[in-house]
Amino acid sequence: MTEQRREIEIEVLRYHPEKDKAPYYQSYTVPFSDDTSVLQGLQYIKDQLDGSLTFRWSCRMAVCGSCGKMVDGIPHLSCKTFLRDYYPRKVRVEPLNHFPIVRDLAVDQSDFLQKLASIKPYIIRKKEKPLSEGTYLQTPAELARYKQFSSCINCMLCYAACPQYGLNPKFAGPAILSLLHRYNADSRDEGKAERMPFVNAEDGVWGCTLVGYCSEVCPKKVDPANAVNQNKVNSTMDYFLRFMSPRGAANS
Amino acid sequence: MEIVKTDIAIIGGGGAGLRAAIAIAETDPKLEIALISKVVPMRSHTVAAEGGSAGVITDKDSLELHFKDTVSGGDWLCDQDVVDYFVEHCTEEMTQLEHWGCPWSRQDDGHTNVRNFGGMSTARTWFAADKTGFHMLHTLFQTSIKYPSLKRFDEYFALELVVEEGRCQGVVAIEMATGDFYFIQAKAVILATGGAGRVYMQNTNAGIVTGDGMGMAYRHGVPLQDMEFVQYHPTALPGSGILITEGCRGEGGYLVNKDGYRYLQDYNLGPVVTEPTPKTMELGPRDRLSQAFWHEEQKGRTVETPLGHAVHLQLMHLGEKKLMERLPFISELAKTFLGVDVVREPIPVRPAVHYTMGGIQCDGTTATPLAGLYACGECSSVGIHGANRLGSNSLAELTVFGKLAGEHAAAFSKSNHNSDAGLLEKQAKDAMDRATALLNRENGKERVAVVRDEMATTMEEGTGIYRTGDGMQATCDKLDELRERYSSVQLQDRSRAFNTEWLTTIELGYMIDVSQAMAHSAINRKESRGAHQRLDEFGERDDKNFLKHSRAHYNADGPPRIDYGDVTITKLPPAERVYGGAAKKTAA
Repeated sequence: MTEQRREIEIEVLRYHPEKDKAPYYQSYTVPFSDDTSVLQGLQYIKDQLDGSLTFRWSCRMAVCGSCGKMVDGIPHLSCKTFLRDYYPRKVRVEPLNHFPIVRDLAVDQSDFLQKLASIKPYIIRKKEKPLSEGTYLQTPAELARYKQFSSCINCMLCYAACPQYGLNPKFAGPAILSLLHRYNADSRDEGKAERMPFVNAEDGVWGCTLVGYCSEVCPKKVDPANAVNQNKVNSTMDYFLRFMSPRGAANS
Repeated sequence: MEIVKTDIAIIGGGGAGLRAAIAIAETDPKLEIALISKVVPMRSHTVAAEGGSAGVITDKDSLELHFKDTVSGGDWLCDQDVVDYFVEHCTEEMTQLEHWGCPWSRQDDGHTNVRNFGGMSTARTWFAADKTGFHMLHTLFQTSIKYPSLKRFDEYFALELVVEEGRCQGVVAIEMATGDFYFIQAKAVILATGGAGRVYMQNTNAGIVTGDGMGMAYRHGVPLQDMEFVQYHPTALPGSGILITEGCRGEGGYLVNKDGYRYLQDYNLGPVVTEPTPKTMELGPRDRLSQAFWHEEQKGRTVETPLGHAVHLQLMHLGEKKLMERLPFISELAKTFLGVDVVREPIPVRPAVHYTMGGIQCDGTTATPLAGLYACGECSSVGIHGANRLGSNSLAELTVFGKLAGEHAAAFSKSNHNSDAGLLEKQAKDAMDRATALLNRENGKERVAVVRDEMATTMEEGTGIYRTGDGMQATCDKLDELRERYSSVQLQDRSRAFNTEWLTTIELGYMIDVSQAMAHSAINRKESRGAHQRLDEFGERDDKNFLKHSRAHYNADGPPRIDYGDVTITKLPPAERVYGGAAKKTAA
């Protein structure tokens, strides 16, 4: 951390649906110090240079998941990516890959949100326990089985990284498969059977070709590739066990 | 303008709004719910809460103790009947969240765990590592997907309330992606829009925490209550203001000044203890700790950093294992934003604005004085926080009062019909015209960022940790000037689609109103209590004249009018507020 101020060129992808036929790049010169994030660079542009630049942000502490951008071609949370790491070269900021652009750096999140809603991301019980009977017991070891997968902040960086999602937007994708696994792996949940069709579907786990770039870019170490792989095993077991159990394996 | 008709409109999709939505859906699945939020719900600021959520659960604890901690923590400005209701319902809500899948941290035997928190007399703070708000919010959001009667309006910016025949009957909103206007007509409206911490320069809050809901209600004559009580969280990162949870101290962290001295012992918080001890040293309440920092800074005993003065939060002695288990997010934040390895080095921290104790006046059922309008969560002043909120009471508040707001709004919506559609639509159109006029304004001289920064600076200067009559007057005057200048803010971006400059400018209008409510409530409170501390002749608490809720009433032509309402005292009469060794003596 130093107080020294330097200047860096930020090249931003611009696109306005009311005016532009195609996206283009615009460059801005921004002062920065060692602790200036890419997000703060964009905020400087917005406040001081060009009020029309559009991007999402909120918490600026890497937990709300709003500010994902392509920074020099790699998906990053712009609040925890720092201009110092690109200087003295210029840095290029673009909207997340594989999503339609709404305006400038803001992408359309609706496909992700629809997928999230489709996989039953909540605890399903055959019989609810009354609140008066207290909490369910869950040992630290049981918690550890899904904890990491519950840490996803829905920033969608893994979708921008996933070549399969780029080729086939129907693919459920890393974060959604992690979320599905998070509930299937929770000792309190009894809804696995209802979710297995999403896992087994062509656009479920079998859409993944094991590139693993999703886990590399994940800012929260959720390791979605691991969730997908565990579910490939589950899906295979589900397939074979179906021939052995009249009820279907996922119910057992 | 598109028109949508629904039974209940909820503005704000954070913890309180989602809890309210679920309560409505469970009360009556036939009621249609519109959940309107300027961000997708899981981006809401509840996500950034770290330390935990209160709920009496251990054998050592009791509702009585939680009640006493909350009332004395609030320096007796709490409505005790509402605090009673609150403490009685916290644990049930924490259990409900557990049933919905919240990944609470556990004890070895599988029971949920609790940790110590500031101002609480025993461990009662439920936690999910140090990402409690994040997990509660995602749990509520994901659970809300179960309910088909809930229709979300994600990234719709609530612009104005529509009030007719003395009842709130809907909200005008802007679809952000297109800039199109919507009138969402409803039989009842719940405000769950969060706080207003962004009216200060250095704060722990997300960019969206701009007091819109407070401003919307205020402009329709609903008083803003106890707005002078603004909480400085004692431990935020210098510069950025990023929150470093009180949970660090709950787990045993120390605060030391530049000499390595645990300075809190000099401020009636001792004796020095090595293990986390309730209400003692680092586990004192937030107002006292932030005030102690101010004094250390005056004495020249703080550490200089490139981003301002700080003290050191030491966690090294907790060991890597515990830090990774209990405080993984703090470890990540310190590393990312300061390059500090918490296992080996202290974290520089300083106070930053964190929470608005006050808010939209409402009764113990969350009903505001405006029929059909309910408020819950940080935007509301239901009466539980008084002059200083205790850490971990706000996450619990979201759930307890979010649920209550849902139930009461549901009942109201069933017994009321909307007024003539033409009248409502006329009002909605007027709101649309006002927002369009701002967009189309020409020849304005002011830039939104300039006015915003001057507002945040004057709030920090005049209505900070310690206040004086002169300082507050200067801030009141400056806010008058800024309100005037606001009317000539000129947008550079005059387009419709996702025009965040336009929306930010609308937010700023609400922020200036809310700032005025804060500053004028402060200058009129001629005493010192909780987070409102004066250095002039009003340095003492004055129960005779000021054991009262202040209420700011909107005035379109100038500063707000301030009057006062009674505080409900049921069983704990006002007494001296003591911590550390003195608290033990009092209890004995």
